[in-house]
Amino acid sequence: MRYVRCASPLHAARAAAGGLWCCALAFAALTAEHPVVLGALALGVMVAAVLAGVGRPVVKLACWLLPWALVVAVINVLVVRQGLTVIARLGEVPPFGQVDLTLEGLVFGLMFGLRLLTVALVFAVFSSAVDPDDLLRGLRRMSLRSALAATLATRLVPVLAADARRIDEARRCRADGGGTGAGARVAVLRAVASNALDRALDVAATLEVRGYATAHPHRGQTRSVAFSAISAKRNGTGLTPGWGRTRRGGRPWSRHDLAFTASAVTVAALATAARLQDVAHFGAYPQLAADPVGQALALAAVLLLAALAPFANRRGIVP
Amino acid sequence: MTSVLTFEAVSYTYAGARGSSLRDVDLTVEPGEFVVLAGRSASGKSTLLRAAAGLVPHFHGGTFGGRVTVGGLDTREHGPADLSSVAGSLFQDPESQVVLTTVRSELAFPLENRGEAPAAIARGVEEAALALGIGHLLDRPTAELSGGELQRVALGAALAGRPRLLLLDEPTSQLDPVAGDELIWLLRRLNEEWGTTILLAEHRLERCLAAADRVIAMADGAVACDAPPRAFLAWAAEHDPPLQTPAARLFSLAGLTPPPTGVKDARTHPALTGVRPVPLHASQAQRNGSDPEAGWRRAKPALKLDGVWHEYRGGRAVLRGVDLKLHPGERVALMGRNGAGKSTLLRHAAGLMQPTRGKVKTTGRVALLLQHPDDYLLHERVADEASPSALAAVGLADVADRHPRDLSGGQRQRLALAIVLDGSAGGPDPVVVALDEPTRGMDRATKADLAVRLRRLAAEGAAVLVATHDPEFAAEVADRVVLLAEGRPIADGPAHEVLAGGWYFATETARVTDGAALLPAEAARLLTARVDREARSA
Repeated sequence: MRYVRCASPLHAARAAAGGLWCCALAFAALTAEHPVVLGALALGVMVAAVLAGVGRPVVKLACWLLPWALVVAVINVLVVRQGLTVIARLGEVPPFGQVDLTLEGLVFGLMFGLRLLTVALVFAVFSSAVDPDDLLRGLRRMSLRSALAATLATRLVPVLAADARRIDEARRCRADGGGTGAGARVAVLRAVASNALDRALDVAATLEVRGYATAHPHRGQTRSVAFSAISAKRNGTGLTPGWGRTRRGGRPWSRHDLAFTASAVTVAALATAARLQDVAHFGAYPQLAADPVGQALALAAVLLLAALAPFANRRGIVP
Repeated sequence: MTSVLTFEAVSYTYAGARGSSLRDVDLTVEPGEFVVLAGRSASGKSTLLRAAAGLVPHFHGGTFGGRVTVGGLDTREHGPADLSSVAGSLFQDPESQVVLTTVRSELAFPLENRGEAPAAIARGVEEAALALGIGHLLDRPTAELSGGELQRVALGAALAGRPRLLLLDEPTSQLDPVAGDELIWLLRRLNEEWGTTILLAEHRLERCLAAADRVIAMADGAVACDAPPRAFLAWAAEHDPPLQTPAARLFSLAGLTPPPTGVKDARTHPALTGVRPVPLHASQAQRNGSDPEAGWRRAKPALKLDGVWHEYRGGRAVLRGVDLKLHPGERVALMGRNGAGKSTLLRHAAGLMQPTRGKVKTTGRVALLLQHPDDYLLHERVADEASPSALAAVGLADVADRHPRDLSGGQRQRLALAIVLDGSAGGPDPVVVALDEPTRGMDRATKADLAVRLRRLAAEGAAVLVATHDPEFAAEVADRVVLLAEGRPIADGPAHEVLAGGWYFATETARVTDGAALLPAEAARLLTARVDREARSA
């Protein structure tokens, strides 16, 4: 999963706005209580991915994660004994002991899996559609260490993925065939992990010699951001310059920046308000207890509308 | 004029290392010099460059003594980030040297770090891109670039701030001969036109000696020789012959002086004028029916590629109808530019990839040694990686209890070879041994050792297929050379024909002798025979 530049409102927005929007969606997914709201958010993230032109990798990830979400649900129903509605008695099952499967445990597990899935999908949209270089510049102004960690992480993932592919090929070339199944995968994983520190050091050394941790103040930081706006316009993505205010000579805020920032604030505010006011409340234990579905549907609709509204403005986005 | 780089009694030991990597190094590099750093593997070249970049000791830790000054900045007080305004660095592996997602961002990154104004950044990016011929790549994602392109981008990032000093650690090791030569000439141009001081560590000295003002040879972490190229070659002939260039070795073997610094220099020597006696070529021998290898040519091919295509989903073809037969005992070098399809062809031969069209047939197992020997190391002990007999066969029986990653580069490669060839591992003995760029980053002595091993494998009946950018190594190992371009063979013949007739895919000796010989020893014999002939006729 890596950033791919293409023409979409999310790509056109500055990384800070896009990142904030993703954070707001993840926050909403983590705080949502009602399954209808959570399901709507998962659906909304997928729709956003399609509208951002990164639908294929995000859907692929969703297909890969779905079984894991189900595994979470199964584990939950096996280990949690808080529900009152028993749907099956399995008797003594090592290592879990006496196992009674409850409806509440199952529903809570499914919701937990769906929550994890939604957050992972939000992260996938973030990785594919928010420019890490732009984010790095923004982060650097706030904290050098955070920016360094973010850069190492974003750069290291593709480097380690390439290492894993190569090591796996080399494993298959061994005279003994390199083994099969889980053992072979673990061997490759261990080799990649033992390479990771060396790789991180290589990348960090490169950052050092490119002057990343320069001690003197960055007198041109705001101006350099302006340059990146110019280069973004030049680079043939079909994005047109936006309007907006200029702060200290920096890159002007485009309508996409404003739209995604406003959307992020609205989604976060709605999610917070819903939680504080117990709107669309849902409790799994000891018995399933939910607010009327109408209330949940209304909240889900408002959240979806707020989250997807910035994609409606496609003026200047050349397909 | 103030020196751009000085080392004063510098000694350095990596944290946890037994021995010193630098020992009492004293040297000075003046502005505008083009200095080549020579030496065998692990002689301290990379450490010296890292010390000049400030990474030693700030980044690597360890024990540091003495003083390094870069552009007037003492590296004990200024870290790599501060020094980056004076010295640009380029290391061996381009993959971990590109940190951002587009080429434009990558080139702008060092300038932004220095707080340059937008106009200066734009200009710096544009000029670096134009100088390196990567203007067309500016808006490409770095993840989509080839190794050669990545290396150029990394060099562009090192150059973008117009540093006074450029530190390069084997920048041509991943490049084909054309791109390698282009890079060296580009460095020469930067040196001449921008006045950039160049400090370049390189194993293939024949590539860069003609451009150099001075050569510093390292041995065991100390400066063993610091002299102009010709004086260095004279020193190497006496003290460290593997450091000689092929042309210098030819002169040394033929008893000619002074040693030449390049092809042009060598060809002007009176003894070399009019050398045209072409030896009995393999193809002629075949026509005469006296080819000793004709027997294995009649045997069933160990590997046969029949019209093999490899196409990506977007339609780009990496292999285009390749037909190739390899017989048992045959030694074939596969050459061509970066992206010509050499690695893909080897992967097809080993069954790691399936052709989109055509067929690959083998009579048995194909052992493939990929580019990075480290990728084969999966265990904590050398003995766990391969059987004792396999380790003994590559001369590693005495290091069986060591950690594989503690071995030297040459030893790790021998270990990888043992892993893929291991006859006791349960698999059958390989009928084909394929190697992808096995000499990358190797010194000449280690290459010669590998060549001997490959010849022995072929003598035992395996077909050997080596993809390489190194014409000297190809000439030493192969009796046949296949030249690939755009995914199809454009030349396939005896090494003496293919490696003698070109500019780029020819050995230095062949260029000096107009293709009369490929290797120094062969050319020296030729010259000696001619001198004897002339003496007799006189």
